[in-house]
Amino acid sequence: MNPAELVAIPYTWVLALSAVLFAIGTVGVLLRRNGIAIFLSLEIMLNSANLAFAAFAFRFAAGHSTAAAALNGQIFIFFVIAVAAAEAAVGLALFIALYRLKETIDVDRVNILRW
Amino acid sequence: MVTYVFLAAAAVAVVFAVLTVVPRNPMTNVLSLVVMFFAMAAIFALLGMDFLAAIQIIVYSGAILVLFLFVIMLLNLRTVERFGSGRPFQALLGTLVAAMIGGLVLAVAAILVPERGGVIPGAAETGTALPIGRALVGSHLFVFEFISLLLVAAIVGAVYLTKRELR
Repeated sequence: MNPAELVAIPYTWVLALSAVLFAIGTVGVLLRRNGIAIFLSLEIMLNSANLAFAAFAFRFAAGHSTAAAALNGQIFIFFVIAVAAAEAAVGLALFIALYRLKETIDVDRVNILRW
Repeated sequence: MVTYVFLAAAAVAVVFAVLTVVPRNPMTNVLSLVVMFFAMAAIFALLGMDFLAAIQIIVYSGAILVLFLFVIMLLNLRTVERFGSGRPFQALLGTLVAAMIGGLVLAVAAILVPERGGVIPGAAETGTALPIGRALVGSHLFVFEFISLLLVAAIVGAVYLTKRELR
């Protein structure tokens, strides 16, 4: 791709998309009752954070003579993806254990720690 | 041209993010999230981050979401989930909080608008696997090794949690 064409996307658009996706994910985490659906909404939120990292890596690549800032942003995204993988594995294992115990993954019916 | 591709990918991402959150069937949610991750990969590729676009598809769509699909099929949930749990005040409050968080980032984006969007100097050199791999085993070696430790801990934890005799 011709780098001159990349000017066409203002990085604030990417940031705005990140904000919209984060809000959608937050709504899902707050309103869904199915534990797995809450996890999926969490993945949306993690991805929107990745998009914000990408937007700023994109932005600061323009300001520096070296591309170290862009590289650091991408490495952060890489680590976020790795942490998301670990989180998904442990979280889904928790829900399987929960389902064995309670026969449900409805987070409203798992309330023995609540009172 | 790049702008239209970006807008199309953004529209797909938003629509399928909504489809991930709203429908009550978990299978619909997961498959919509797969499409949304592909749109995210397209945006990464547009920003010159080729390696991350590939990782997004291979690790997120390929590995993590297959894990989700596997668990949903394993549990085979029959009960229909209710959305919002019949507490409209909390639902309203949750939506408001989400809108405020999103609006905050949107406001930051609006404040930043006067600065021009960036050109990546040598985008092809920073977005590929070579510089990222060099940085991972070079300047970020400790974090890289720590991530492998985290993944091992997560795997051991997942195996332990799903043991049948856990009480």
